[in-house]
Amino acid sequence: MNTPVLEAKHLGIAFGGLKAVDDFNITINEGELVGLIGPNGAGKTTVFNLLTGVYQPTEGAFFLNGDKMNGKKMHEVVRAGIARTFQNIRLFKSMTVLENVMVAFEMNYKYKLADAFFRAPRYWKDEEEIKEKAIDLLRIFNLESKADYIANNLPYGQQRKLEIARALATGMKLLLLDEPAAGMNPTETAELLSCINVIRERFGIAILLIEHDMSLVMKICERIVVIDYGVTIARGLPKEIAENPKVIAAYLGADDEMDVEDDTKEGA
Amino acid sequence: MKKLSMKSTIINFVVLFIVFGILIVLCETGILSNYIKGILMVCCISIIMACSQNITVGYLGQIALGGAGFMGIGAYTAAMITKAMASANILVGDGAPDTLRFLIATLAGGILAAIFGVLVGIPALRLRGDYLAIITLGFGEIIRVVIQNLKFLGGKGFSEGSAGQALVGINRIANLYVVFWVMVVSVALMFTFIRSKYGRAIIAIRNDDIAASASGLNVTFYKVLAFTVSSFFAGIAGGVFAHYIGSLSAASFGWLKSTEYVIMVVFGGMGSLTGSVIAAISLSALPEALREFSNYRMLAYSVALIIVMVYKPTGLLGTYEISVTRLLNRIMGKKEPSLHAIKAEVEASKASEEDKEVQ
Amino acid sequence: MPDQIVTFILQVLNGLKIGSVYALVALGYTMVYGIIKLINFAHGDFIMVGSYALLYTMPIMVSLGMPAWIAVVMAIAICVLVGITVEKVAYKPVRKKGTNMSALITAIAMSLFLENLAQTIFGAAPKPVGTIFTFPDMIIGKVKVNGNTILTIIIGVSVMIALQFFVRKTRLGKSMRAVSEDGQAAILMGINKNRTITMTFAIGSGLAAVASLMYCASYPQATPTIGAMLGLKAFVAAVLGGIGSIPGAMLGGIVIGLVESLSKAYIGDLTGGVITSAFSDAIVFGILIVVLLVKPSGILGKNIGEKV
Repeated sequence: MNTPVLEAKHLGIAFGGLKAVDDFNITINEGELVGLIGPNGAGKTTVFNLLTGVYQPTEGAFFLNGDKMNGKKMHEVVRAGIARTFQNIRLFKSMTVLENVMVAFEMNYKYKLADAFFRAPRYWKDEEEIKEKAIDLLRIFNLESKADYIANNLPYGQQRKLEIARALATGMKLLLLDEPAAGMNPTETAELLSCINVIRERFGIAILLIEHDMSLVMKICERIVVIDYGVTIARGLPKEIAENPKVIAAYLGADDEMDVEDDTKEGA
Repeated sequence: MKKLSMKSTIINFVVLFIVFGILIVLCETGILSNYIKGILMVCCISIIMACSQNITVGYLGQIALGGAGFMGIGAYTAAMITKAMASANILVGDGAPDTLRFLIATLAGGILAAIFGVLVGIPALRLRGDYLAIITLGFGEIIRVVIQNLKFLGGKGFSEGSAGQALVGINRIANLYVVFWVMVVSVALMFTFIRSKYGRAIIAIRNDDIAASASGLNVTFYKVLAFTVSSFFAGIAGGVFAHYIGSLSAASFGWLKSTEYVIMVVFGGMGSLTGSVIAAISLSALPEALREFSNYRMLAYSVALIIVMVYKPTGLLGTYEISVTRLLNRIMGKKEPSLHAIKAEVEASKASEEDKEVQ
Repeated sequence: MPDQIVTFILQVLNGLKIGSVYALVALGYTMVYGIIKLINFAHGDFIMVGSYALLYTMPIMVSLGMPAWIAVVMAIAICVLVGITVEKVAYKPVRKKGTNMSALITAIAMSLFLENLAQTIFGAAPKPVGTIFTFPDMIIGKVKVNGNTILTIIIGVSVMIALQFFVRKTRLGKSMRAVSEDGQAAILMGINKNRTITMTFAIGSGLAAVASLMYCASYPQATPTIGAMLGLKAFVAAVLGGIGSIPGAMLGGIVIGLVESLSKAYIGDLTGGVITSAFSDAIVFGILIVVLLVKPSGILGKNIGEKV
């Protein structure tokens, strides 16, 4: 049996007395697209923060291709192969679209400090190669004509796409997408959908997706995990999830405990 | 890309040689008095300092107020080395030997400043914004107080416990021609540094350090690197300063001095090396031109600084770089090469290389 | 009582005296930082403004036949006016448009401006400030305590108590805390944010004026740069106590005062003459560096991480 790309075992984190995420388990295999859903403040982004080294888990462990990732810093996790996008887009706003992507090719540069200072042949070779690669990547997202635009001047939908392109540039094996369709109009969402399909085909990577747009989630996710109050309440195929009474209750607020928590826990 | 860059490098050097030629002619014909030469020297020192401070303040986006401290380390180190070499009678003599001695000592000053840059940077850069400003100010002041008290640097020694005298008797072997090229090489190196993956990473961190980590950048490494490079060139500036001025006193490396260079960075534009160059020249030469108002110099600076901050928070040039190549293109009516043109050229050159291989 | 103990007690009292000056200045830093997240570099220079105000208003009051302490009221009023003007003219417009960085640069520029303006108007040479209060020396056993020391400590402590009462109990104090907790929410609750900020600057600069009175009681000289080092040390005190925390600033001020006074007296002996009193400024900055590295939020400060 193959080692799964991502395996999280009993992952949990407590802030003070509050357990934001508790006993979170997930296995994602190569090429799989898994959805992570749940009401506002359920702890979805916290899961992402745990999986990318922003927070260190207080319980449990997670593995990338069998390697333990606990205790690694954010950039180390990224270099190991987990990249992400952010709920509130975080681009390098003053840099060009091309530069945004080139920065994330960090691991592909071979030249050293002295080569940079004195512009050794290695510098030119690397810079040119990576520029090509970056433009190729932008092409997938139809952004290559915008390569020398300042990132901040792109329309919202394209900024989202650029963020995904930048994440891809890190050469990761697992991509975490945090609400990629948030704030997009239906056309943009459709475009995003086709982009996701293209990158899955081209790169064969695994994706974990947080999304509020249920139609999108149901359409593209192969499996879905639902969490609420940091606890996993359901997992399974999209169809099963849609009919699961617990999930419906969590979303519709059948409990009178609803609305006790707010967005702050999730760090929106 | 390489070809285009080569072209502009050549243009820049042609311009520099013309400037240097004019400088030689003016000096040799005696049109420039020693006084003016001194001002030009100060301009060169200020340019190196302002550009070095721009790396931390402008590109990394962290206000550091310890620049003069590192300049002091460079100055004292270089001065001690030339003194020691002079007393051992190594490389003493007009012209080449003195110049070589000066360059070796200045380089050593830069290296020691860089080492201190690493030592100070690692703890200091864990903090950001206002706190970083204060902690670098603190480190700068500690450097100053320690230098002031070191016996072999002219202080009375720790045990005496009072501020010492100036370190005197430094050979004034900084030659304007040499210093001009030291300045040119320093600025060129800082420029290539910024226009490499290192510079891009540093600018990315200024934009958003969390996104930078999420792109796989080791933020701490790049921050310390920027700080170290900045300290290195501050040290170089210090070495030049020591051999121009001939005597050093620790008091001239206090935080007010650091602030003056930060002011140059801010005026020129945070993230524009050419802006720093222009600001450094103007702010070094203007006070000399307006000697009778010298009492109002800092008063005018501070008012101007506040006005700039209110109306153009990123400084006068912002991140805009002045380019001679672009200027020439514009004069000759050429359009700026777009990215597509660059790409086309890259592909063309690739194709020709492939042709060669086939043959 | 052996002489060593007498010296020690005197040094502690000295530390408390200068410490309460630091505390009052640190309060200004901390309150402004709490409310607009800006290190007001010019705050130290408000002390300078205060001391020149004392210097020039006192003879006027005396010649008008009024008691000298009216000069103190005048000095406070002048300081408050300068503080509010600085906020309105420079900080507020920058805050609206710029970043934290441009605000900080503006504050540094403002500090340079005030110092150089003073130098242009009053000259660089120190000017003597007349004494306003004389308080008889106290003799307790073998300890002869300077009256000014006692007075300084008393003024310092009572101002701090009053301030604590103001912030905890009054409406304005509560709105100040609310704005520093969450500016946007405070506006939604009907608090006038701009007025509160102005008020904070007014109180901060008023405290600086009181501090200048206390400082001049011991060192009766006014110079354009009197506030520079004093301000920096007070800032260290604010960081030490936890910036944004009012009790923290008081605690930090006292601690820095004690450290400075005791290190000046004993560091030479303690380190076998390696480090001497010339290093007292370096020691204060050393403390700052250690605090920032070990516990950046300070002794009583809250730790706030960045959200992702």
